[in-house]
Amino acid sequence: MVEKGIGQAVPRKEDRRFVTGRGRYVDDIRLPGQAWAVFVRSPHAHARIRRVDKASVEGMPGVLAVFTGADAEADGIGPLICGWMIHSRDGTPMKVGTHRVLATDKVRYVGDRVACVVAETLHQARDAAEALVVEYEELPAVVDLATADEAPALVHDDIPGNLCYDWELGDRAAVEEAFAKAARVVSVDLVNNRLVPNALEPRAALAAYDPGRDEITLYLTSQNPHVHRLVMSAFNNIAPEHKLRVVAPDVGGGFGSKIFIYGEECVVAWAARKLGRPVKWREERGEAFLADAHGRDHVTRAELAVDADGRFLALRVDTRANLGAYMSTFSSAVPTYLYAPLLSGQYRIPAIHARVRTYYTNTTPVDAYRGAGRPEACFVVETLVDAAARALGIDRAEIRRRNFIPPDAFPYQTPVVMTYDSGDYRTCLDRALELADYAGFERRRQEARARGRLRGIGIGCYIEACGIAPSQAAISLGAGVGLWESAEVRFTHTGKVQVYTGTHTHGQGHETTFSQLVAETLGVPFEDVEVIHGDTATTPVGMGTYGSRSQAVGGEALLRACHKIIEKGRKIAAHLLEASEADIEFEAGVFRVKGTDRRKTIQEIAFAAYVPASYPADLEPGLEASAFFDPPNFTFPSGTYVCEVEVDPETGRVRIEKWVAVDDFGRIINPLIVEGQVHGGLVQGIGQALLEHAVYDRESGQLLTGSFMDYAMPRADDVPSFTVEFAPGSPTPSNTLGAKGAGEAGAIGAPAALMNAIWDAVGTRVEMPATPERVWRAIRQTQMPQAAE
Amino acid sequence: MYAFEYHRPASVAEAVRLLREKPEAKLLAGGHTLIPTLKQRLAQPSDLVDLGGIAELRGIREEGGALVIGAATPHGEVETSDLVRRTIPALAHLAGEIGDPQVRNRGTIGGSIANNDPAADWPAAVLGLGATVRTDRREIAADDFFTGMFETALEADEIVTAVVFPRPRRAAYAKFPNPASRYAMVGVFVAETDGGVRVAVTGAAPCVFRLTALERALAANFAPEAVDGVTVDASELNSDIHASADYRAHLVKVMAKRAIASALG
Repeated sequence: MVEKGIGQAVPRKEDRRFVTGRGRYVDDIRLPGQAWAVFVRSPHAHARIRRVDKASVEGMPGVLAVFTGADAEADGIGPLICGWMIHSRDGTPMKVGTHRVLATDKVRYVGDRVACVVAETLHQARDAAEALVVEYEELPAVVDLATADEAPALVHDDIPGNLCYDWELGDRAAVEEAFAKAARVVSVDLVNNRLVPNALEPRAALAAYDPGRDEITLYLTSQNPHVHRLVMSAFNNIAPEHKLRVVAPDVGGGFGSKIFIYGEECVVAWAARKLGRPVKWREERGEAFLADAHGRDHVTRAELAVDADGRFLALRVDTRANLGAYMSTFSSAVPTYLYAPLLSGQYRIPAIHARVRTYYTNTTPVDAYRGAGRPEACFVVETLVDAAARALGIDRAEIRRRNFIPPDAFPYQTPVVMTYDSGDYRTCLDRALELADYAGFERRRQEARARGRLRGIGIGCYIEACGIAPSQAAISLGAGVGLWESAEVRFTHTGKVQVYTGTHTHGQGHETTFSQLVAETLGVPFEDVEVIHGDTATTPVGMGTYGSRSQAVGGEALLRACHKIIEKGRKIAAHLLEASEADIEFEAGVFRVKGTDRRKTIQEIAFAAYVPASYPADLEPGLEASAFFDPPNFTFPSGTYVCEVEVDPETGRVRIEKWVAVDDFGRIINPLIVEGQVHGGLVQGIGQALLEHAVYDRESGQLLTGSFMDYAMPRADDVPSFTVEFAPGSPTPSNTLGAKGAGEAGAIGAPAALMNAIWDAVGTRVEMPATPERVWRAIRQTQMPQAAE
Repeated sequence: MYAFEYHRPASVAEAVRLLREKPEAKLLAGGHTLIPTLKQRLAQPSDLVDLGGIAELRGIREEGGALVIGAATPHGEVETSDLVRRTIPALAHLAGEIGDPQVRNRGTIGGSIANNDPAADWPAAVLGLGATVRTDRREIAADDFFTGMFETALEADEIVTAVVFPRPRRAAYAKFPNPASRYAMVGVFVAETDGGVRVAVTGAAPCVFRLTALERALAANFAPEAVDGVTVDASELNSDIHASADYRAHLVKVMAKRAIASALG
């Protein structure tokens, strides 16, 4: 076994700089002569812009420029795009409301960008931004899905009913037929609450223009610097792609919110060129609440048809999703192809039909947030499964066992696009139930009741599609880009290894896991590997990090690059050892002539490649290789979460007493990091279920939860100590590593498990977030008939 | 923040002089409300007068059977004080439930009561124990001190120097925290004192208030059951995205029961 190789719980090498305060984030970078940008944002949810009076700040100390939407248009700065085309059921393309980098005609949500003020110092820029006179004509606002289609307000004047698209997936006729014959139909109406991503580091951008090279360098809080470069050059006209360098240095979390191409970063880059000065923008927390794309916000009616034995026959889902004021970079894909194809869950459901309508509202744009569509799907399916178990009087674990796709059915084609790669759902469930002592639960419930507490247990079985994506499949479904990944491996003279990846790490620990992968594959010491990422000038083209794809796609590209190195090394070794290539074997960093003790280490081969004193005549010097990987399919991690809660019936407060997670991530490179990923995902899922909720005032459209005083983020004492175990695992055939991806699982499965536990405790379903008042009211409702008896 | 002049006087007298000279000045104690307000540019004081350098404002001592807590004493010092734990343990408990360790190491009792946030914890203790607020020029009874939302009886140039807590026979505080801010969504302080039973409620209404109906019921029978016969009028209470007035009214009774049970040990 290689020291610090694949499968070992190696502590993260990046933590040396993070825990000693030596990380280098965008805001840590200070360029000589840098000026500061502050955005003037709309205080109204919906208003016509009558006038932006630039003269109102002219002559204020330090002010260098005020930029408006009209200036951007005049300079040919293109509007922001949505990169995934969705067609409605009637074949018409989605209706895209123009999303300018700075608003021109109307503002459409509180926080919408109206102007950008650049000044010598941050304080001067703020003073001027505050002083800038903007005249608005207020318009009625729509913030709510319930009223979006009938609202008097049109978010975009040319989009009737605020409807972006009315999309469907699946066989409607087959579903209707199955429902007609079903022994029982259960239905639920549920809300998937709107969330604010709240990465630890708010967004920031710093742009510098080099007139000598006619080139812009943009330091950015990005999960995917190459995607930023591509879109900003191809659509926003910031600079030609080869004249725009995007650097995403250390980034403090993203959860999706730093995938997207926002107006602020375009304006900062454009302003730097116009002023010939570096320009920096740093978001404040309050600004992040308004300006970073939110997540979720669905309202769904879902029905499940079952036979008398509880076998699932068909699923029908009707979802209305809130897009916010504009389409964001991938916002069209989240409630469609990242959602409906996961509605089969872990189950055989012969027929599925989903209809999804998305609406514009006067709220912050909504896009991918950890899980992106898949938590919403899991919550729908797992709520219905519990509803069916209750309706038929079948144990909740048993109804799942009856309907699981069995291990021998893979690859399994669902009725909604996906072909699941591998899985062993029952093993995960049974192990989770064993760890949770499901069998002994009733005793604990009685014991809690004696103490005046309501105890409940809940199960959430999730499926996730990771490793986005097979490019051809994604493009055929509307994606505007391919979703492969690339990597480059470069030996130095002295046998050290530089690894360049197109993925980006902003908390995932790639520097450690990729080092382990290389150490294992090339047989070099873990410490001799340096992982370099996040700079379009130095790293190979890449599609970045989201959708739990980095290991399954980027890791595989890296593995393939390593294999190319080994193949070239074999040629060099054969020459030096005077043997035929076929007789050279490679193991643990050593090339050896089979059956002899004649050997060369890979470091010796690297030296020979750069100092080719004796070298194969037909071979190029040097030892480096690059590889691209485009997966043949998604990967499908799965698992079971079991959650046990106690509810204080007098206050409605929920305490999580116990949490068991059994996940099947396929092959795991670093169990320590993966366990941390599970913890983080679970906490975010618990946050959604119990605490987090972005609430807008229905009249004014103001975000009422605009700070941590009102937006409840989970804290350490809100969550229990987790029991996390990895199932023996079913390695994915979609890549040779067998790795499925682990970044989002916790956030996908947790809400269902927790909400099912609360349902079990109080006897009625509660909407997310299950605030104390909601739970208390639910308890009162269920107890009232008893009180009347 | 907007620019301001910073002062760090060494005495209360000097601080008062600064307040008189600079009518737009603000006092800075622990800064847990003021600094975030400044950072969001929601306030624009000309001067900040930092009370952190005034030694006489800090410390906990006994004075004629009463407990005197200096205005600039941080919550964490009250929480861990042996003297407080021995004399009025309910205060140590209350202080220990404020914010998190960082907040408790900076935030002060004087700052809290002078600000009179409707959801702060300290006003419940000051009113619930019938404490006396000592300032640079006078003593103000708790019943006269808290006059409305973020309003107190303090003059513009007046500085709280200490709070004098009489020792109760028994007392306890029960708090239901707001899940986001961890301020009190409802907090009830119950005390049986030489002057009678006092019940103060924070978090539920625009200003801390005494629940006199419950005080009367408890005077007759100091037991959790006494709460059952008392009606809490929801129409006077706050309603917001975290809790409706109805729910707050219900929580007042639940927290009152818990405080009484806790006071009874």
